[in-house]
Amino acid sequence: MFLDSDLLLSALRALTPILLAALGGAVCERAGVFNIGLEGMMLMGCFTSVATSWFTGSAWLGVLAAALAAAAYSLILAVGAVTLRGDAVVLGVAMNLLAVGLTGFLLRTVFGVQGTFDDPSLAGLPLVGGFTPLTYLSWAAVAVAAVLLSRHVWGLRLRGVGEAPDAAATLGVSPARYKYAAVLVSGVLCGLAGAQLALGNVTLFTENMTAGRGWIAVVAVMLGRAAPVGVLLAALLFGLAEAAGFRLQGLGLPQQATDAAPYVVTLGALFLTTARRRRRTPSPSGAAS
Amino acid sequence: MNPFLRRTRGALRSPVTFSVLAGVLIGALFLVGTGADPVTAYEAVLTGSLGADGIGSTLSTGTSVLGMALALAIPLRAGLINLGGDGQMVLGGITAAVTGLYSPLPAPLTVVLALLAGMAAGAAYAALAALCENRLGVPLLVSSLLLSYPAVSLASYLARYPLKEPGSSLPQTRALPDGVALPAFGDSTVTVGLVLVVLAAAAYWFTDKRTAFGYEIRMTGLNSRFSAYAGVEREGLTLRLMSISGALAGLVGAIGVLSFPYRFVDGSLTAPGYTWTGLTAALLATAAPIGTVVSSFFFAVLQVGGLAMERTTEVPRELTQVLQAIVIVFLAARLRFPGRWFDRRKEAV
Repeated sequence: MFLDSDLLLSALRALTPILLAALGGAVCERAGVFNIGLEGMMLMGCFTSVATSWFTGSAWLGVLAAALAAAAYSLILAVGAVTLRGDAVVLGVAMNLLAVGLTGFLLRTVFGVQGTFDDPSLAGLPLVGGFTPLTYLSWAAVAVAAVLLSRHVWGLRLRGVGEAPDAAATLGVSPARYKYAAVLVSGVLCGLAGAQLALGNVTLFTENMTAGRGWIAVVAVMLGRAAPVGVLLAALLFGLAEAAGFRLQGLGLPQQATDAAPYVVTLGALFLTTARRRRRTPSPSGAAS
Repeated sequence: MNPFLRRTRGALRSPVTFSVLAGVLIGALFLVGTGADPVTAYEAVLTGSLGADGIGSTLSTGTSVLGMALALAIPLRAGLINLGGDGQMVLGGITAAVTGLYSPLPAPLTVVLALLAGMAAGAAYAALAALCENRLGVPLLVSSLLLSYPAVSLASYLARYPLKEPGSSLPQTRALPDGVALPAFGDSTVTVGLVLVVLAAAAYWFTDKRTAFGYEIRMTGLNSRFSAYAGVEREGLTLRLMSISGALAGLVGAIGVLSFPYRFVDGSLTAPGYTWTGLTAALLATAAPIGTVVSSFFFAVLQVGGLAMERTTEVPRELTQVLQAIVIVFLAARLRFPGRWFDRRKEAV
């Protein structure tokens, strides 16, 4: 049978890194910072988690280091876009490039290998009930983010900063402080996403191993309209597409077709939701924004 | 202050100078960190890329980098970012390969046809991304990027299965027939492709400086709402600019196939990262025509010189990619030398 519990399990495994990164992206979006550096932050998390886990022998220290390193890395976006008022899109693109170069460089200088670092003594994350603890954490994070953003004073202020920074400033809420916090939170979440990818889904580091998942997370933020539950559903769609792709490969479809599947599904979902949204609110003169 | 001094001061104070210098300095720190001598390393970059042995390689790399930089700069001038360069380039390449293999025309005509077919494929695919934004409201940044992955997968599939060279273990198509190749200069790897790309750059410069279309593009980039009031039709402009952009990306792919090794090899077009290097070059020059040519050359030097640096100092060539990204990070943050440094120097003069 095609749709069975195995498929759902592998979809849930594929989902976790995307979900964590997309939640980070959603928090940034709500604070009014467009974050397309998710891919790069995740990749930094991947490398840091593997390196730390290998040197300390503890996967947990790897996770911690990944969160810290990605948060530190996200400061580039915070300082560049918030303090210096640079272009967030350009910064994000550069951060993704920098992460590919930096992790490739470090892979060769620290481990002396090119391409993949794979060592049997590398400690991976333990599985609890078939999932890593980070998977459970990601579900908890959805709930926490949903409550914070809709009920708690911080979340309301964060949204206020994103929607009307001047009005927020007039009320004594510092927009810069909330934006910094949002970017740092996205850094921590992307670091965890990277750790899950490198120590949870597999136990190795490969150059550019995020392979577009950060971009999918950016799209998930758009699809889910930056609402935690919406983002969860969008990420689940991607997870299902990836898992279904693997299944189809088992049925004899070439790998290239299944590689492309998640992107095609995501694009299709994006078409459908934007089309429906547009029909509901016809925009004047069809200006796309 | 006389105009010459003022212009020099402006150039020195520009964020570009600051970013490049900061990139070089941070790169030096990395080199020291790995135990290499920065001076030797940078010397190796320069001699390896601009010396007699390296200049050919720099120019042929520069062909692809400049082509992709132009492809990204032209829409960027109007504030549109095309992130689908990989897909458009690869589709151009595989289309050129198919045309080259199956065209019944004589070899010289086949070459022309293959170039045109590659450009048409790239243009059509980029136009699709533009339609996604215009008709379906999916932002260009996202639609162009997401469309890129299936295109790369499709080309990979074609090169590995239906078009695969029989008996070869490599994922590549059969070699093009004799004579179906771009003429090279002497026995170098530099082909007529370089001339084509430079001509495209010249055409871009002329359009940008001298035509109403170029003015519309720049106005849209500076202030899209103003240009809309002034009568620039945004959807049509997006479609036209993306078509041109995709055509150039397709041309780069076609040039890649019509040069050594005269076939489509899966991954050989995307692996060197021409799309991202091109985007970096276009961003560094803020999409200005001459600036794009200069920054493309700069990045081609870095990329080729990086290999030479790796050979002499054993520092991984990925360092040059780090340098590129650092330059852009500083540039995006619009950092520049404070004006007073220069004012103080002026008082001293």
